[in-house]
Amino acid sequence: MSSPTITRTGSSHRIGESAPRPDGIPKARGEFAFSSDLWAERMLWGATLRSPHPSARILSIDISAALAMPGVATVLTAEDVPGLSSFGLEHADQPVLASDVVRYQGEAIALVAADHPDTARKAVAAIRVEYETMAPLSDPRIALDATPIHPEGNLVRHLVIRHGDLDVEGEVQVEGSYEIGMQDQAFLGPESGMAIPTEDGGVELMISTQWLHVDRDQVAACLDLPVDKVHLTLAGVGGAFGAREDVSMQVHLCMLALRTGRPVKMVYSREESFFGHVHRHPAQLWYRHHADRNGRIVKVECRLLFDGGAYRSSSAAVIANAACFSMGPYLVPNAHVDATVVRTNNPTCGAMRGFGAVQTCFAHEAQMDKLADALGMDRIELRLLNALEPGHELITGQVITGTAPVAEVIRTLAAHPLPPAPDSITDSRLLPGGTGRTTDYSDVKRGIGFAVGFKNLCFSEGFDDFSTARVRVDGGIATVKCACAEVGQGFVTLAQQITTEILGVERVDLAPADTSIGSAGSTSASRQTWMSGGAVHAAATAVRDTLIARVARDEGVDITVLELVDGVVRSLDGTINISIVELTTAEPVEEEIEFHHAPTDELDENGQGNAHVSFAFSAHRAVTDVDPELGLVRLVDIATSQEVGRVLNPLQLTGQLEGGTAQGIGLALMEEIIVDESRVRNPSFTDYLIPTMLDLPDLQIAAIIEEPEPGAPFGAKGVGEAPTISSTPAVVAALRNATGLALTRVPVRPEHIALSADHLDD
Amino acid sequence: MTVLSPRTLAEACSAAASNPNADLLAGGTDLMVEVNSGHRRPTDVISLGAIAELREWSIGEDRITIGAGVTFAKIASGELATAAPALAMAARTVGSPQIRNAATLGGNLGTGSPAGDSLPVLAALNASVVLTSVHGQREIPLSEFCVGPKRTDRQPGELITAVRIDRLNGPQEFCKLGTRQAMVISVVSVAVVADTSSTSVRVGLGAVGPVPLRAPEAEAFAAEAINWSGQTSVDTETCRRFAELVRDAARPIDDHRSTAEYRRHATGVLAARALRRIFP
Repeated sequence: MSSPTITRTGSSHRIGESAPRPDGIPKARGEFAFSSDLWAERMLWGATLRSPHPSARILSIDISAALAMPGVATVLTAEDVPGLSSFGLEHADQPVLASDVVRYQGEAIALVAADHPDTARKAVAAIRVEYETMAPLSDPRIALDATPIHPEGNLVRHLVIRHGDLDVEGEVQVEGSYEIGMQDQAFLGPESGMAIPTEDGGVELMISTQWLHVDRDQVAACLDLPVDKVHLTLAGVGGAFGAREDVSMQVHLCMLALRTGRPVKMVYSREESFFGHVHRHPAQLWYRHHADRNGRIVKVECRLLFDGGAYRSSSAAVIANAACFSMGPYLVPNAHVDATVVRTNNPTCGAMRGFGAVQTCFAHEAQMDKLADALGMDRIELRLLNALEPGHELITGQVITGTAPVAEVIRTLAAHPLPPAPDSITDSRLLPGGTGRTTDYSDVKRGIGFAVGFKNLCFSEGFDDFSTARVRVDGGIATVKCACAEVGQGFVTLAQQITTEILGVERVDLAPADTSIGSAGSTSASRQTWMSGGAVHAAATAVRDTLIARVARDEGVDITVLELVDGVVRSLDGTINISIVELTTAEPVEEEIEFHHAPTDELDENGQGNAHVSFAFSAHRAVTDVDPELGLVRLVDIATSQEVGRVLNPLQLTGQLEGGTAQGIGLALMEEIIVDESRVRNPSFTDYLIPTMLDLPDLQIAAIIEEPEPGAPFGAKGVGEAPTISSTPAVVAALRNATGLALTRVPVRPEHIALSADHLDD
Repeated sequence: MTVLSPRTLAEACSAAASNPNADLLAGGTDLMVEVNSGHRRPTDVISLGAIAELREWSIGEDRITIGAGVTFAKIASGELATAAPALAMAARTVGSPQIRNAATLGGNLGTGSPAGDSLPVLAALNASVVLTSVHGQREIPLSEFCVGPKRTDRQPGELITAVRIDRLNGPQEFCKLGTRQAMVISVVSVAVVADTSSTSVRVGLGAVGPVPLRAPEAEAFAAEAINWSGQTSVDTETCRRFAELVRDAARPIDDHRSTAEYRRHATGVLAARALRRIFP
């Protein structure tokens, strides 16, 4: 059986060095074992029957034909769920298997395990379901007035932020409405995993996920098993970006394995994957900015409507984030935010990189440009004038106590040289339309756009967020154990770098991430560097302290005269020199720490409270060549400045900035799940387009701003999400600059530019 | 499932005769997508990869014959690209380099998608399709071969063995519009080719109708408007009128990739640009 093994992280790299990922070369060579590569003797293949209808009553389910098929081991429906019949990330409102009603296209109804994946698929096709279809609730704007599609109603969360004097008016006001389409995380490794029944009546689940323990708790509840009988191990993850925070096949796989007594493997197809995970919330936003004549923001009003789709997932947290960061990184003394997320029969939405702040950043940055234009002010100057600083109060009443070098982020990016405008471009790949040869350089207009964004790090609103890590040193070799899900963010190198930095050991091994240790929390919210990095930091520090105490005891000296430097415990006077190898060969040391960040508060009825731990700030500047007549765009240049607290691994930081930026560019120009009457029209990578190499110029990093953040390990902030937030508005601002069009919706489609009324008379 | 791998065209014809409903496998870039997605479950497959005859081509005085098994990578450069520049331009827009190494001209025809990248060029070059079976060979114009979206006149037991196109004297242009810089399915594609010998212009349109379309009125207008003997350059007014007539020939629909309105608009823009490039 293939199963996760200890990762040797290789040679010792310290903090600040570009430690290479141990899985990097294997992934490039196709040798890395992803969750879809799991294999076991006698294993069965699972498959899922999904509803073709977004809204229907289930009148009957007939599994007899499927059960009778040779090779089929079992067919399960809602009646076979042993425990709690529903699951959910924050609240169990989604049936494990639908029994009476389906609320979105693709909702799971029945499961099959068979001896061959094709047999399983055929058996799924042989299940007869009689539906009574209903008109889907597709428009979030009417959701609150519509018949509830779920016993819990169509309102998921309504949140109001009232801050300052709401009667104040600005001399200059600008208003705008904005819309964001449904983006998909578009990870390359589809959902996959394997469940194996264990001898104690429990189950072992190997799965690609973002948070092992929250999966375990949901699985255990649905299986009616105690949590100690459900053991999860992280299998190789092919990207996540939020889409693996919710349970997909976890309960299903375990049900099939426990029923058949055999290992069961499941791999979603690409098409099924689009129905198997949550997406980024589509949103409709209205804003009114008020400023005085000098450009100081006086007040901002906004209304946010997010479409949560059929089930809650993390919608309540997403809308809170959207509301809290709705103003952008600016000082807004008076604010009124009315934020709502509703239930519809559209695909369920939940976590995706940027988590609510992406949607609002698109709107507030368009508003800032509009405001600058109305004031006759330079757009950069307006942002600098209003930039948040430490000590400033957010619209939630929270005062920024950590770092917030917003002005420096803006200044460094604005100062970065622009690419030259060439006299001619003849290579069609460097023109809008690319290899399709649609556009000549004479058809092109160039535009420049600028945007700034921010969001929170770690979990908010009073959530007791923690991670657990164990560091053991035996014979000078350190082993780190942590349930942190490596989904590409880089814990695999940071765990080693942090341990090496503190203990000076030459080798650090990383044990498999599983539920045999306490929770590490989710790999989301830009939190793992801070939280699991912090836990490893604390555990390694505890090991150091233990070693120093041991030497102090043995040598009869005070611990204050001892230090651990480069793997040697030595006294300040140089008389004691004992290596960590020697010390831990005699007696290994092991320390386990549960690391919590500073507590946060819930938001009160006015949306006020110290709800967040820390904030990260980023900015992008985009240069686009636009063919206005065809509405085609080539992104010429994209530059960023980001503040990061402290750089722990420059190469990985660059990777996060590039990837995050690319995902934001995708939202600006092409990435959208097209939903028509609650049905997904493009569940494939043929029609859900993501940027290729030709769509992405090399990211220009104007500045990485390092101001150590209090409370974070080595002062490092998470960097996973911030670059996604500001790249979308920067690209669209460049398109507006080139075309003079309002462009209030993303992704911008060619017809939005080419068929705009402003051009039709040309 | 049985997979037959004939070595010669004759063997392939017999295989197709005895398995008339077999799926034909050339580059596999369409077929395998359907198989992997579960939309097609082949019972019998005839693999055409080992048949050397299908990979041959010849460039004659007036007509070019291209074997159905010639890949887009081959069409994109070299002799064939010189003889049929617009076809080469279209070939370079097919998928990625890996796809172009595998995908064949015959496969593009066999699939018969309205968005097939080679089809508008073939239409403009008066292509005929050679179909072979144990009963013999027939050659039909492309307009008879393509009968609807993803529907062709290929009969059970028949193989597409070659395509014949005009070899022209004159500039050619092909433009394909998609919403990504590469590796994208066509939203609109336009081929415009000129023949100085016959003083004619032909237009082929892709993804704006159920089958590849021509634009006869635009072609007639251009042939008339162009000063074939003197300085061959077109003025703005000619481009505008040409664009209008080409646009009128399009019969686009709304789908998840674009709207009919935008497709019609872009058809005209691309036509004008192609004409401008041909007669600068």
